[in-house]
Amino acid sequence: MPANRFNGHTDYGIGIGLRVPHYGHILERKPVVDWFEIISETFMVDGGRPLAVLDAILEQYRVVQHGVSLYFGSADKPDRTHLRKLKALVKRTRTPWLSDHLCWGSVDGTYSHDLLPMPYTHAAARRTAEKIRQVRDFLEVPICVENVSSYAAFHQSEMTEWEFLTEVVERADCGILLDVNNIYVSSRNHDFDPYAYLDGVPHQRVGQIHIAGHTKFEKYLLDTHDHPVLDPVWKLYAHAIRRCGVTATLLEWDDRIPSFGEVHAEALKANAYIADVRQAHAVTRA
Amino acid sequence: MLQAVIRPLGPGYRSRRRWPDGRPATVVIDTFAAPNPRLSGFERIEIYNRMYWFRTLDSLHEDLPGLRAVLGERRFMRLIEAYLVRHPSRSFTLRDLPARLEAFIRRTSRLTAPHTALAADMAAFEWAQVECFDAAALPPLTPADVTGVPGSRLRLSLQPHVRLLALRYPVDEFALAVKDAALRGDASNAVVASRRRLSRRVRRPRAAPTWLAVHRHEGKIYYKRLDAPAHRILTALRSGRTLTQAVATAGRGVQPDQVRAWFTTWMHLGWFCRR
Repeated sequence: MPANRFNGHTDYGIGIGLRVPHYGHILERKPVVDWFEIISETFMVDGGRPLAVLDAILEQYRVVQHGVSLYFGSADKPDRTHLRKLKALVKRTRTPWLSDHLCWGSVDGTYSHDLLPMPYTHAAARRTAEKIRQVRDFLEVPICVENVSSYAAFHQSEMTEWEFLTEVVERADCGILLDVNNIYVSSRNHDFDPYAYLDGVPHQRVGQIHIAGHTKFEKYLLDTHDHPVLDPVWKLYAHAIRRCGVTATLLEWDDRIPSFGEVHAEALKANAYIADVRQAHAVTRA
Repeated sequence: MLQAVIRPLGPGYRSRRRWPDGRPATVVIDTFAAPNPRLSGFERIEIYNRMYWFRTLDSLHEDLPGLRAVLGERRFMRLIEAYLVRHPSRSFTLRDLPARLEAFIRRTSRLTAPHTALAADMAAFEWAQVECFDAAALPPLTPADVTGVPGSRLRLSLQPHVRLLALRYPVDEFALAVKDAALRGDASNAVVASRRRLSRRVRRPRAAPTWLAVHRHEGKIYYKRLDAPAHRILTALRSGRTLTQAVATAGRGVQPDQVRAWFTTWMHLGWFCRR
């Protein structure tokens, strides 16, 4: 399912996050990259260097928007001013789909600037799905929601995280940005089987996959995006593309960012797993 | 739960053991947060509590090098912790965090005394730079746009990426000195702690009325000193006065040639835009 209605029927390959330390390299050397993911909020501004860089990137590359502040799980109604700014950016980038997180992060206009986990209840799923629909209808672009990494759980929860994710995306009729690193981090923090998670989500709705590095602490894992992808995450990734098909894949590296070449090389390691899946499919067909 | 995430940290950057109403925080948090075999509900929420503060403090730390140099690291941290308690973020973007800092400093002088005026000026100056960095650039005014319009009817708009400041201290020179000191630290491979000491070693400036325009030109932020009458003219234009009214604010001592020279420079810099 590489191309589906949740990723605008595109067939993007392996991308990396567009980050400030790489601007100079990208604009001067114009390296070959399938696509870049941008953080929408970085470019939801009125002018200046951010938009100048973005326009230069858009002349050469395909760009997909990824957000961190829609907070589909917050009880607040969508902020129309915020959505208007986001829509202006959607028109500018012509992003084929837009992603944000299945989380909450604000209450009555006060922001945590974090991706906070939700209680997995049917009521929350209904409310969240309705908000996703409202946002999608306003923005007029397919939406994929990303599973977050989490460190806390709630007594209130009525189901597993993957059951909650499934209920939300089915009700909203939207796509999934499946973050396999987040699944791994959360599986260790909440003691569940990450493969049960992967097997439990509706694969036909996966429009994009995230991979990233994380950090191990004594009693929990933290989603730090400051390392190469670790082996257990690559194994999950291999399982994910066996289940979902070869899907647009993006490496996130947001802290202690090394050279562009190093980040891109890390992302391209995904090709080995993709080749295995393609070979396995070819053998099956033969 | 938001209250548990954004409440102030205690000693050692750990979550406080007491809820604001005096109850043990574990009692409050354990009512909604579930434990796992390794961490209590309280400890799991503490991860978010710490991350909130690290994220917001880091953001302000990065955006306000001049204010850090004015106050020193310890007082700076105390100030911005108090600021964030009083003014938690009301914007989707961390960029907007310093927006109310200048007013907070002026209202809460005990946190910055005896350098309150300097600290407030520096906060205003550094916030102006944040605003100018990504403010809109509207189509600049051309001579043809104004030819033939009498000054008594002509109203000129200033670009959104131009900010006017009337300050008690020459914070622009101080900020440059701090930056130079930090660069010298970088060049000598000084560790961060040494750079902090370096920035503190830059002498705080003496009070001297200073009028500035912080502006963006070809994607970069600049600050330009203005004479007081020039600042008055630009402020009057920004507030919607006509050209004639604005020029009148300059005062009698200013020669017409001087005013013409200012306008030539401002037009050259593209500071005026169409309404």
